Amino acid sequence: MIDMNYISIQNNQAISVNDIPEHSYEIFSTGNIALLNDNPARHCVNYFGYRSRNAIKLICCIADDNLHLIFISSALVEINSKLASLTAQNHNFENFEREIHENFGITYSDHPWLKPMRYAHNRFDKNEIIGEYPFYKVDSEELHEVGVGPIHAGIIEPGHFRFICNGEQIMHLEIQLGYQHRGIEQLFLQKKKLIERTTLAENIAGDTVVGHTTAFVNLWENLCNYTPDYSLQYARTIALELERIAIHTGDLGAICGDIAYQLGNSVYGRLRTPIVNFLQEWGGNRLAKGLIRAGKINYPFTPELADRLTAVFKAYEPDFTEMTNKLFTLPSTLARLEKTGVVSYDEVLEIGTVGMAARMSGLNRDIRLSHPYNLYNSFIHKPVIKRHGDVYSRTQIRREEIKQSIGYIKELIANVPEFKKPENISFSPIKNTFVLSLVEGWRGEICHCAITDEKGELILYKIKDPSHHNWMALALAVRKNEISDFPICNKSFNLSYSGHDL
Amino acid sequence: MFDNLKIMWHQGKQFIPDVTTAKVLGIFRGRPVISKNKVNETILAELCPTGAIMVNPVRLDIGKCTFCGECAIQFPDKIQFTKDYHLSSNERDRLIIHEGDDKPIEVNQASVRKEIHRFFSGSLKLRQVSAGGDNSCEWELNSSNNVQFDVSRFGIDFVASPRHADGIVITGPITENMAEPLERCYNAIPDPKIIILVGVDAISGGIFAGSPALNRSFLDKHKIDLYIPGNPAHPLTVINGILDLLKKTD
Repeated sequence: MIDMNYISIQNNQAISVNDIPEHSYEIFSTGNIALLNDNPARHCVNYFGYRSRNAIKLICCIADDNLHLIFISSALVEINSKLASLTAQNHNFENFEREIHENFGITYSDHPWLKPMRYAHNRFDKNEIIGEYPFYKVDSEELHEVGVGPIHAGIIEPGHFRFICNGEQIMHLEIQLGYQHRGIEQLFLQKKKLIERTTLAENIAGDTVVGHTTAFVNLWENLCNYTPDYSLQYARTIALELERIAIHTGDLGAICGDIAYQLGNSVYGRLRTPIVNFLQEWGGNRLAKGLIRAGKINYPFTPELADRLTAVFKAYEPDFTEMTNKLFTLPSTLARLEKTGVVSYDEVLEIGTVGMAARMSGLNRDIRLSHPYNLYNSFIHKPVIKRHGDVYSRTQIRREEIKQSIGYIKELIANVPEFKKPENISFSPIKNTFVLSLVEGWRGEICHCAITDEKGELILYKIKDPSHHNWMALALAVRKNEISDFPICNKSFNLSYSGHDL
Repeated sequence: MFDNLKIMWHQGKQFIPDVTTAKVLGIFRGRPVISKNKVNETILAELCPTGAIMVNPVRLDIGKCTFCGECAIQFPDKIQFTKDYHLSSNERDRLIIHEGDDKPIEVNQASVRKEIHRFFSGSLKLRQVSAGGDNSCEWELNSSNNVQFDVSRFGIDFVASPRHADGIVITGPITENMAEPLERCYNAIPDPKIIILVGVDAISGGIFAGSPALNRSFLDKHKIDLYIPGNPAHPLTVINGILDLLKKTD
C-alpha cells in the first residue's frame, strides 16, 4: 500500500490551498480510511466537494484528538464519476457522501444508504422531489408504519420521522430532513459584506447563535491574518458557556415535560429566563444575536455586568440544585430516564457522533479539550463523560456541564479585562487560502471551512452543525423502545433541523 | 411531598403581572427612533445587513430589520433603539419608522377584519408552522407560554392540530421545501382563520431575502392579519401584538 501524504494543521490555522496534497481517488480513499480505522481518537470533522477545473475537488479533514491536529488531504474526480464509497468501510462518511452525491451527481457503487440528504435548491438532480423520498419499507402483515411530520405537534422545526413498529415497539426509524433548507452556504458566497455574513452565521441555528457565530469570526480573523485581542476571546468564551447553561437548563425542563413531570418542567423553564435575560442585558438580545463580531465587540463586558452575573448565579444555583436533587432521586422520573434510548460505545464510534452524543457513551469528544480555541487554550478543560448512552446519561451530562460552565464563568469574571472601543477593521482575506474552524457548541462540534481564490474572494463556505453526525444516533437510540418514548429520546438529543439543512 | 412544596415555595412569584407595561432589563433593542440630524446617509444605509434603512429621508423598516444595532452603534445621534417592545401591526406600512417618529406602533383597529374581534377575542387557538425558521422565534414562542410570560392566561394557546386551530403562526423565510406543507396546514384550518407572521425572516425574508431556496408565494395568496417583528421576536412583543389585534373596539 502507498502511504497517502496529508497536511497537518491546527484548529483555525490558515494554509495555502496549494499545500493540500492532491491524490488519485484510490489513494485518497484508502489513505483516509487507514487514518480513521481502529483509532477512536480520530474522526472525520468535514468531508466535502466543490467545483474546480471542470471537475470536483474533494477535501477530507480528519481530526486527531490526541495530537490536537487535523489532517487535510484532497482528490480531484470527474463530475459524473462512479466511485467506491468510503462509507462502506467506515460509517463516519455516510452523510458526507450523501451530500456529495446530491450536490454533484457522483454515484457510489457500494454506499449502503445513498438517499437524498436535504433536497438542496442547487442539487444535481432536480427530479428528486422532497415529497417522494424513498423510505425504507418492510413487507409484513405484522408490522405497521407511523409517519410524523414534517410539521410537528409542538412549536418546533419541521422534519419527517417514519417509524416501522411491531405493536408498540419501534423496529426502525428513518429521519428525513431538508425542509429547512435556505441555501445558506451559497448566500455566504453571494453576500460580500462582513455584516451580511456575520448575520448569516447568526441565523444558521438560532439556538446556537454564539457557537456558530464564534466559529465564523474565528475563521474570518484567521483567514484575514488578524489576531483578536484577549478581551474579544474572553467575551466569546463567556458567551459560549452562557449559551450552554441556558440551553441545557431549557432542555432539562423539556425532558421533564416529556415525562409529564410538571414541576421540573416549570422550574427549569423559569430558571432559563434569568440566563437569557442576562444575555440581553449584556448585548440587547436574549439569544445573543448582535453580540459576536469579527475584530470587535459592540457591547463590552464590564465589571458591572460581572457583578450582575454573579448575582444571577447566586439566585440560580440554590434553586437549580434543589430541583435537580429532586429530579435525580425520584423513582418515577428515573424509571423513565434510565435504560431508555440506549446507544452503545461501539455504535457511536461507528457512526462518528460528536459532543454530548459521544460523551454519553464513553467516547471522549470535546473540542474545548482536543482542539482548543479562544480562552480554552489557557486552561485544561475536563469533559463530562458518561458510560450508558441512555436518556439518563444525556440528562446527567447537562446537569454536570451546567455546574462546570458556571464554575468556568465565575473564574473568568473575577478578572474583567479592558475592552477597546469598537472600531471597524477593514478585513481582506488572504488569497488561495484554506482555513478550518472548530468550536464546541452546547450540542457538540461545529466546523466551518472556507476557501478563497486568487483574488481573495470566497469560493467555498462549508458549515457543519454537530447534528449532521448525531441524527443517526437518535435513529439508533429508539430501536426496541416503545414509540411512546420517542419524544423523550428526541428531546434528550435536541438536534438541530436548520443546522442540518442549512 | 414537603420537598415539592419547598421547591414551589422557593420559586416565589414568577409570573409577570402586567405584560403590557412590564419593563425589560438592560439594553433591549426595541422600537427605533430616528432623529433629524444630518449624517452621511449612504454610509448609514450601507451598514445594514438586510437593506432595512432607506435614505432621503432616512426611514427604517422594522419588517426587514434584524435589530443587530450596528446603525445605532455607528450613528448614535441618528438612530436609537428604545426599550419599547410594542412593535406589531396588522398593516405592513406601519412597520416603517420615519425621521422624528416617536409614537407607539399599533394595530389599526379600523382595518382589522370584523370576524376577528367577533370570534376570537375570548379565545384564540393557534397552529405554529416553522417554514425555514432558525429555531429562535420558535424558542421565543415557546417562552411566551412559560410560567413567567404565560400567554395562555389570555385564552391564547398553541394547539397540535390545524383542525383545532383558529389561525396559523408562521416563522422562517418559507423555504421551497416547506411551501406545500405550509399551504396544506393552512387549508386544514377551518374558516374563519387568521395568519400571523413572527420574526423578520417570515415578514420579509430577513437575511435570506432573495435566496433561490425560498418560495414565498403563500404570502401573495393570503391576507396577513398581524406582523410581529424581531430577530427573534421577544415574548412580550408576541403577546402584546396578539392582544392588540384581539382588542375589542367600541
